[in-house]
Amino acid sequence: MTAERLSRPEPAELDVADRHIINRLQDGLPLVEAPYAAVAAELGLGEGELLYRLERLLEAGVLSRFGPMYHAERLGGGLTLAALSVPDADFERVTEAVNAFPEVAHNYRREHRLNMWFVLATETPERIGEVIEGIEAATGLPVFNMPKQEEFHVRLHLPV
Amino acid sequence: MSVSTCPSDQATREARDENALDALDRAIVLATQSGLPLVPDPWAAIAGPLGIDGSEVRRRMQRMLDSGVIRRIAAVPNHYRLGYLANGMTVWDVDDAHIDRLGRVVAALPGVSHCYRRPRHLPEWSYNLFAMLHGHTRDDVEQQAEALCSLLGDACRDHRILYSSRILKKTGLRLAARSDRQA
Repeated sequence: MTAERLSRPEPAELDVADRHIINRLQDGLPLVEAPYAAVAAELGLGEGELLYRLERLLEAGVLSRFGPMYHAERLGGGLTLAALSVPDADFERVTEAVNAFPEVAHNYRREHRLNMWFVLATETPERIGEVIEGIEAATGLPVFNMPKQEEFHVRLHLPV
Repeated sequence: MSVSTCPSDQATREARDENALDALDRAIVLATQSGLPLVPDPWAAIAGPLGIDGSEVRRRMQRMLDSGVIRRIAAVPNHYRLGYLANGMTVWDVDDAHIDRLGRVVAALPGVSHCYRRPRHLPEWSYNLFAMLHGHTRDDVEQQAEALCSLLGDACRDHRILYSSRILKKTGLRLAARSDRQA
């Protein structure tokens, strides 16, 4: 992964139709026969225009994904959030060691004594423990494992 | 489908067995986990290579939606590109006796994208409720956190906002990679 892709993107220029599309599709696409035509009609757009704009919003990275969002645990996988307290002088080495695990899906530096926070996604729940042991061995640091004990249902909508 | 031996995972395991996915369901997951086709009939586009028709894809996806295997079919915006430049992971030390009720209250607030109860690691980490907040500025996020703090009242002993200062890695979750072994 290049450094460029990891830098923070700038806010995008969006016109009114883009904003309507983003607001509408955060709420979900209906499971009907011609779903894009149905949403386009709601928004007063043509189906072709909606598809074209969606493709452009994805290419420009305004949308990071469009499609079904799957529940990892209900698909049989393991998922957890974990943190490390990394000495500043060692930060680059530890970042490299942690990121080398393919099970590390996201990794963020955060402002706290626990300054490295990453999400592990594994094919089975049992594999989480093995990967955590592997990360402890590779970094020499204790991993704070914080698996969710309960999920409170949210429906995020970021209006634009 | 493999059966977990982790006892704490009981509820999830039961939900999984009840909604057991067959090979065709898993093929649909694999075909759509990176996105839905942007064509007038996306269901037919998914169905074609699998040798079924679009209505069968819709029927199966509806079942996965009903069982919660699919959370929803929707657009996921990039916070930064929409101008939400301040993204704070707020963490709260909430009285265990009230966390179930208060977790639901927090999750219902606008601007909260994830809300979970997680284990404490005393003495280093006393926070048991996590809520991601998104705002245009850090002031926005701090105001949301203040509002949240008043809602929690005396049941909350302490809280922090952990802003991300660097993205170190960001890849998509490849959730269904093992399905081809099981198919």
